[in-house]
Amino acid sequence: MIVNGFKDLGLPLMNIVKLRGTPILQQLVLEERLLRSSFENWCIINDGTNVPTIVMGMSGKPCELVELEPVVKDGIPVIKRFTGGGTVIVDESTVFVSLICNRDDVPNVQPYPRSVMAWSGSLYSHVFNGISGFQLRENDYVFGDRKFGGNAQSITRNRWIHHTSFLWDYNENNMAYLKLPSRVPQYRLERDHTDFVCRMKDYIERSVFIEKTINAVGTQFLLKELSLDEIDDSRREHLESTRLLTMDELKESLANTSRIKSIAQAV
Amino acid sequence: MASRLLWASRVASHLRISVAQRGFASAVLKDLKYADSHEWVKIEGNKATFGITDHAQDHLGDVVYVELPEVGHSVSQGKSFGAVESVKATSDINSPVSGTVFEVNEKLTESPGLVNSSPYEQGWIVKVELSDAGEAEKLMDSDKYSKFCEEEDAKH
Repeated sequence: MIVNGFKDLGLPLMNIVKLRGTPILQQLVLEERLLRSSFENWCIINDGTNVPTIVMGMSGKPCELVELEPVVKDGIPVIKRFTGGGTVIVDESTVFVSLICNRDDVPNVQPYPRSVMAWSGSLYSHVFNGISGFQLRENDYVFGDRKFGGNAQSITRNRWIHHTSFLWDYNENNMAYLKLPSRVPQYRLERDHTDFVCRMKDYIERSVFIEKTINAVGTQFLLKELSLDEIDDSRREHLESTRLLTMDELKESLANTSRIKSIAQAV
Repeated sequence: MASRLLWASRVASHLRISVAQRGFASAVLKDLKYADSHEWVKIEGNKATFGITDHAQDHLGDVVYVELPEVGHSVSQGKSFGAVESVKATSDINSPVSGTVFEVNEKLTESPGLVNSSPYEQGWIVKVELSDAGEAEKLMDSDKYSKFCEEEDAKH
């Protein structure tokens, strides 16, 4: 016990919150609140979300990123999140890991995206140690040339979040709701979604991944587990930007897209 | 790097201010003031123009989106008022001074890359009417900011 006590001296505290099946909107809203209004470090792990949901980055436009007609027809929720990055469709087979850190508690990391990702890439290299082909490649987590984890970040004056949706498994039909984005990494070449991504379950057990992630975080932080109920996120001095797009917004976007197509065809 | 110094010299000449030569480091313009969160501000009477510095744009990577505040929005020194998106990240832009926004750089909506290519000139972000001219005293001059950047980079 004394040895452990000495080992833990000097390590910053990290609150670990383990969720299962929590709606992704609820998770993202919580993360934005904790980033903006908490002074503590947080690791949130959500083992799957409850319904298939499309999640776009801060600057995402539905007409450019989403196949609006089937999305509207099938009533797929579309969320705009507070971090940057691209568009994903998540469901019960997605494992989410989010790390919210005080800049001062990770002093070797500069508050810029590439520095944060270099740190996270190193952390996950411990998780996937022994699995051939793992790397952070052009800002994606890949096995070889196939992406299995999409990540994004938000950086404030003194804190940052790096969060990842890991494709434990995925439904190929769901991928059809997403368009090929205009900005793609070079290594993607011109592959469509199903040729570009891979399933994490083919490489590591789900529970092993979660356990190894927690262990990897524990090499840099002193861990304290909290339940959702124990989180005090009552301080809300910031404007919340994460939101669910309304069906009216999606229908209007679809109508505008159709109008533009008709005009283009007429011309 | 030589082209970057040449660009900085051209900007400085246009703005009629002098450039601090920092060798291979990011460009820093004299006669601007700087915040420790890497925003620059040019004060003219009771009005100020600001944006992010060359150091910041270099570390952020290619900017693909700028979230601009509304005209009429109040900004406070040190507090976030907008954001830039680059390399999968949104990064807060913090106001170096307090005041009220009276103009935003609409060109950044179509051309966010101006923040990278011309951070002190075409990449300006907002113009404000100052509410407290004395706040500028808390900011760094070009020499202090240059040293600040060097010390920050040396730590990593």
